[in-house]
Amino acid sequence: MFVRYFLAVFLALACAAARAELTIEITKGMDNAVPIAIVPFGWAQPNRLPEDVSAIVSADLHRSGQFKPLDRADMLSRPTEASQVFYRDWKVLKTEYLVIGKLIPVDGGRYRADFQIFDVFQQRPIKSASVTSTNLRALAHGVSDIIYLTLTGIRGAFSTRILYVTMERMGPKKQRYRLYVADVDGHNDRIILESPEPILSPTWAPNGRHVAYVSFQSTRPSIYIQDTVTGRQQKITGFPGLNGAPSFSPDGKQLAMVLSKDGNPEIYIMTLANGQLRRLTNHYAIDTEPTWSPDGQSILFTSERGGSPQIYRQHIASGKVERLTFDGNYNARPALTPDGRFLAMVHRSNGVFHIAVKDLVRGTFNVLTETDLDESPSIAPNASMILYATLHGGRGVLSAVSLDGRVNVRLPSRYGDVREPSWSPFL
Amino acid sequence: MSIFTRNHLVALIAAASIAGCSSTPEDTSGSAPVSDTTSYETSTPASSASQSDPALQGRVVYFDFDKYDIRYDSEAVLNAHAAYLSARPAARVRVEGHADERGTREYNMALGERRAKAVAAYLASKGASSSQIEVISYGEERPVALGHEESSWAQNRRAELQYTSEAP
Repeated sequence: MFVRYFLAVFLALACAAARAELTIEITKGMDNAVPIAIVPFGWAQPNRLPEDVSAIVSADLHRSGQFKPLDRADMLSRPTEASQVFYRDWKVLKTEYLVIGKLIPVDGGRYRADFQIFDVFQQRPIKSASVTSTNLRALAHGVSDIIYLTLTGIRGAFSTRILYVTMERMGPKKQRYRLYVADVDGHNDRIILESPEPILSPTWAPNGRHVAYVSFQSTRPSIYIQDTVTGRQQKITGFPGLNGAPSFSPDGKQLAMVLSKDGNPEIYIMTLANGQLRRLTNHYAIDTEPTWSPDGQSILFTSERGGSPQIYRQHIASGKVERLTFDGNYNARPALTPDGRFLAMVHRSNGVFHIAVKDLVRGTFNVLTETDLDESPSIAPNASMILYATLHGGRGVLSAVSLDGRVNVRLPSRYGDVREPSWSPFL
Repeated sequence: MSIFTRNHLVALIAAASIAGCSSTPEDTSGSAPVSDTTSYETSTPASSASQSDPALQGRVVYFDFDKYDIRYDSEAVLNAHAAYLSARPAARVRVEGHADERGTREYNMALGERRAKAVAAYLASKGASSSQIEVISYGEERPVALGHEESSWAQNRRAELQYTSEAP
């Protein structure tokens, strides 16, 4: 009896520790984040649920930086249906929106969340919805997506995933590289590739299932495509010299990459169905880090052809090249929002590397981050946030910054250096 | 007969590998059989002149930030290796280019290759055959100094010479 009690306490502590490590830290939030209350969802069954759905929803909304979820302990009541809602309980806490719901077991071992969103000031329900899933975390993210869309008008990206690389030092000249797939909140992390040799530049295919990356597993760099479901890995290139920076075309049929097989680092486009290569650039300078425009007509890339690394855009059919960045003497690693309007990049000013964004319509240029050695910007499919790698406490960690720079959050990591995040498309 | 040959071959490989170990500067074993095989190794004709050059012990050359031109302070080391390679046509070297952590990873991968190729071109210009030289870039992936300040970065902006055959 005593032993069992002790074990239960120990397990609770162990779980708390694991959770604590995964806590997301808001390093910079919006002053006018919207106060919202996510009341614990009702569950009428005798067993305890393995996940706390409303806590996951609260964490999702909190991480967006746009919402300030009410602490559960401060709630004056915990309604689970509309008839139990007393608006004054929420008005007095200055809560603007209220979310209540119930979880119901459905056939096939699935759960359904029936939930409602209320506007506290207008004292009326504004949305009723249901989400069904076998997985409670996935269900919670689905609820978050609907709340976010309802209240901001923007599609939520809480059900997406991220890829990232970790490097753990095992001894002098001995490292362990791991490529992970995880939910965007850092949970459900899974290793899909492990190697003593470097792994870099992971990127998603538009289907949200396949990924491409560079691995030195054969002792030389090669580009591989891997199916994240089956784990099957396929070697795509193994040319002499650089084989780097893979980027899928918007239709997933082509892969842009950097090869130096003809002497200089140049951008090539491979048609994946037949392996045919087309050379895009032809310049003695370094050309690298290709990314596609959303219409698939152009490639953006980093080039030092002007004397320092800057971002250029080349129209594929005509070959016409245009320089896009002029602020400072180091702008690299372009990433475009899905609408093609905002260009995120790594920007150096006063010797420090930050994430910056250029509005390609208005021409304005903004440095978004205040950390150092920021790299690998990857934009959320809803363009809400830019995920990037930075240094914190001497260690590589992942952070996310909103496109306006007003929100900055640091993502949890367990060990090693975390780097090279890539945000999946909508799944 | 065949068994004898195989044993003999094993002995030769063992002797060669011991010799390889003893010729590296950090080796401290120095037992009698090792020095025997060492003298056997070093008695090959071409090596005597070039192997006596102390610059041949250097295996790393350094670069300035975002640069890939060979610095004056690298020339003595590279000249010694070029002479060695030229005198030993069977020697093979792998030139590994590296960058510091600043800047983007793929750009640094390209920069590391530029550095490795600059070293390879220099060695070739001083008499090594290009068929003896292989280049690879590790970009910023394999730092030797782990700090995040200039003294570490300066050590990481480098090219390393790794002999894959007939190391001096």
